[in-house]
Amino acid sequence: MIGLTHYLIVAALLFTIGICGIILNRKNIIVILMSVELILLAVNINLVAFSSFLGDLTGQIFALFILTVAAAEAAIGLAILVTYYRNRGSIAVEDINLMKG
Amino acid sequence: MTVASAFFYLFSGVMIASAFMVIAARNPVHSVLFLILAFVNASGLFILLGAEFLAMILIVVYVGAVAVLFLFVVMMLDVDFAELKQGFLQYLPVGALIGIIVALELILVVGGFTPSPGAIAAPRAPVPADVSNTMAIGLVLYTKHVYFFQAAGFVLLTAMIGAIVLTLRHRPDVKRQDVSEQNARTREQAVEIVKVPSRTGV
Repeated sequence: MIGLTHYLIVAALLFTIGICGIILNRKNIIVILMSVELILLAVNINLVAFSSFLGDLTGQIFALFILTVAAAEAAIGLAILVTYYRNRGSIAVEDINLMKG
Repeated sequence: MTVASAFFYLFSGVMIASAFMVIAARNPVHSVLFLILAFVNASGLFILLGAEFLAMILIVVYVGAVAVLFLFVVMMLDVDFAELKQGFLQYLPVGALIGIIVALELILVVGGFTPSPGAIAAPRAPVPADVSNTMAIGLVLYTKHVYFFQAAGFVLLTAMIGAIVLTLRHRPDVKRQDVSEQNARTREQAVEIVKVPSRTGV
């Protein structure tokens, strides 16, 4: 029988894959953005699993809001990426040092 | 093994494998396509959990909008992705180490997790018995969480304005239509009547 723990472990594995993707593809910002999407998806699976097994709809509402924020984040991130590519002709992460931060 | 648990293992297995391929694929177009596969399988998991509305929203928003946006940007930017892929093996030991540590910790934490009886006994927004999932979400979202709903609308508005402001540019060397200038043109500006003498030309 599939319980809450199964879903939590699947979400934990997905989260870990997202973290590893950020570390391994440190030069490719597009894959970093996709890894962030994977991490948010893992959080959503957690919320929906809790919502389903506790019989509480609040988790699904929060998952809906996370979905909204993730869509906004992807749109803004990709817009910044396009602008950056126009100005510099490259999207390598180590070239992003204009602000010397 | 029941059908539901078979589908759980199918969806979660394919989702984990395709998430792995997202970060491991050489071609970023393949990464985006595997991301779409991961989202489709996640929405299958949502359906198994009884959250049909979120499953459909996941398909519409992620596969229909976000993943296509990613695909569009990946194909529009003329970048040498093989060069960006360098350093993958260099970071592999530390990445694998951190991944194993994070996975072990998370599994140790959630493996023995049981929700407290109080959380089950007194839910904040209990699921109504005889309405569909979409209607139940609507009943809660537009009443109890209406301010959050409006704030989400503002977030989307900000994202839309931000994306337009960031990527819109006026290039001076491109000829554009200017309707007001066209309408302000008079006959005197546009037409010149020249009396041409014969055998001399203009």
